[in-house]
Amino acid sequence: MIIRNARILGGDPVDLRIENGLIAEIGPGLGGVTAFDADGLLALPGLVDLHTHLREPGREDAETVETGTQAAARGGYTAVHAMANTSPVADTAGVVEQVWRLGQEYGHCDVQPIGAVTSGLDGRQLAELGAMADSAARVRVFSDDGKCVSDAVLMRRALEYVKAFDGVVAQHAQEPRLTEGAQLNEGEVSGRLGLAGWPAVAEEAIIARDCLLAAHVGSRLHVCHVSTAGSVEIIRWAKSKGWDVTAEVTPHHLLLTDSCAEHSPVGPYNPIYKVNPPLRTREDVRALREALADGTIDCVATDHAPHPVEDKETEWAAAAMGMIGLETALSAVQEAMVETGLLDWAAVADRMSARPARIGRLAGHGQPVEVGSAANLTLYDPSARALVDPGAMASKSRNTPYEGMTLPGRVVATFLRGRPTVLEGKLV
Amino acid sequence: MKHLISAGDLGRDDALLILDTAEELARVSERSIKKLPTLRGRTVVNLFFEDSTRTRISFEAAAKRLSADVINFSAKGSSVSKGESLKDTALTLEAMGADAVVIRHGASGAPHRLANWVRGSVVNAGDGTHEHPTQALLDAFSMRRRLGRLEGLKVAVVGDILHSRVARSNVLLLSALGAEVTLVAPPTLLPVAVENWPCQVSYDLDSVLPKSDVVMMLRVQLERQNAAFFPSAREYSRRYGLDRDRVAKLHDDAIVMHPGPMNRGMEISAEVADSPRSTIVEQVANGVTVRMAVLYLLLGGAIGGDVQ
Repeated sequence: MIIRNARILGGDPVDLRIENGLIAEIGPGLGGVTAFDADGLLALPGLVDLHTHLREPGREDAETVETGTQAAARGGYTAVHAMANTSPVADTAGVVEQVWRLGQEYGHCDVQPIGAVTSGLDGRQLAELGAMADSAARVRVFSDDGKCVSDAVLMRRALEYVKAFDGVVAQHAQEPRLTEGAQLNEGEVSGRLGLAGWPAVAEEAIIARDCLLAAHVGSRLHVCHVSTAGSVEIIRWAKSKGWDVTAEVTPHHLLLTDSCAEHSPVGPYNPIYKVNPPLRTREDVRALREALADGTIDCVATDHAPHPVEDKETEWAAAAMGMIGLETALSAVQEAMVETGLLDWAAVADRMSARPARIGRLAGHGQPVEVGSAANLTLYDPSARALVDPGAMASKSRNTPYEGMTLPGRVVATFLRGRPTVLEGKLV
Repeated sequence: MKHLISAGDLGRDDALLILDTAEELARVSERSIKKLPTLRGRTVVNLFFEDSTRTRISFEAAAKRLSADVINFSAKGSSVSKGESLKDTALTLEAMGADAVVIRHGASGAPHRLANWVRGSVVNAGDGTHEHPTQALLDAFSMRRRLGRLEGLKVAVVGDILHSRVARSNVLLLSALGAEVTLVAPPTLLPVAVENWPCQVSYDLDSVLPKSDVVMMLRVQLERQNAAFFPSAREYSRRYGLDRDRVAKLHDDAIVMHPGPMNRGMEISAEVADSPRSTIVEQVANGVTVRMAVLYLLLGGAIGGDVQ
């Protein structure tokens, strides 16, 4: 089959011949049956998310593996890493294999489970990391995301232990005592709104400690959802030392600030903007964008966190933390990074596909769009621009922070190993 | 104006209209028959998610003196304690035809959220650590009655600013009315970025007192000691409590205020609380009057001009 007239990373239009799930030939005017005419659409390698909450098992009212992977495909993703904070927690080979198999069964995108670092996310005892690594799910990323592995000894041991199978600990950096009851970035807005502050130092102190620990034991560390300018400085310093530290940033931290809690299209104190770590200041946003551009932050990860309506239609303090993001990630990144001239499309492919796949040690994803690579492709129309419509999303939840906003770009088609999962913006 | 949620929503003219209306209504309170027919047939719901008898009965008296029907809804023992959401409670009140909902809630911003779900007016009677606008209005009203003006008045607000809705509303309102506010507290009890608020900040009560016309003492909860906001009640009291010696530093006409309930012996000594400088009892009486003015203007129209 042939995909015609695709502009790979924004280059001249070419045809791609797909055979056995691989890209077999690239060139102009290839002979053969046209499967899809991209008509000048941008072709990116299938996106890879390092940080997705699929909610299954346990919170199927918010999202399931099926709806979450549908949302992923609609957003141009061909692989997602499913976070471990399900119920039961993904802390055994049994649970990670269940999630992995569900992903295979539905087939909208590959689902790579993340294993919990500690049993039941209790922060006290290591989960059976080796069993998860050796399972059919081949877990390589371990995280207690939602909670911080705050105990320094436990964090050190986890970092050391996963070296045996080339794993990585993905830390949710949040010093728990400094953030008790925290609701919003501690700063001018939280002071005015009378919401308990979540200070930047609570993130930065843990990142600094973990970088030092990773260096001390010679391990790989990944920092989840970096949100502050100070965190960027620490990671930049750790990388300058040659330490094996990687980091991700979410689309919403690249685009939104804590002022949304005060002024927004959906009214003040609307907990649609409540997320952990919280939205920060304009200075933080600027630093995060620069860090993603210069590679200090390696990749974009969505932290797609679905919640049912009733968990957001509340007073701020009672609301759940988190936002959905799979279906708007590429648009948000275009808005924050491409329209501003900070990244070109080749760099977007690097930050949203190649690097996250490499950090997750995920085989068959994140390869360049070239002959011999898996035919994981996202065909994207960057010239589109539309009002974000939560009702039109594939996710089971509606908690998008972009309601009422206009964002650029549209995912037209997604191919997973040559098989379309999305065509003309609709699930196949 | 439809709602009264933040003192910051009141411009100088709006605030003065409320205070002037309250002056007119105060004369009613001095009559033997204290009732006006203005809000007859209107329903005011007191929706109290936190216990606050003094604020609730103040609003209740205000509504009743304007002949409104009053429904008191307290969260304890109601459907709320069975897990009903604020939204569902709001929809219930809406179905009952509430013209105004007076809400006291432990969560900052709850009145803003409520305003999305009811058609009637929302009056914030204290939300979490955010605001308490009618308290600020009654404080301003009390100051103006005692001292004859607000413009240029030097007001010290002393105590747990970080957790105080009274302080936030007072800073916004008094600055709009031309008073000069100084917040006084230990650094632990001041919000981050307070230097950007429209007021002065000091850690030293003794240096602020001689130049103050008004000293407003805030309640300090003893539990804050356990979260290391200050070492002990005794040390707090020594550094920030208002006792006879400190009051001696005030000029002769300066007044002492407290929104209540007081911790006698902690932030204020009994002697000071009961002294002639104290407006604490007047504040309670003025509370009813000011809340009458607020309900009157939100529901009944305007005396001598529109609030808008």
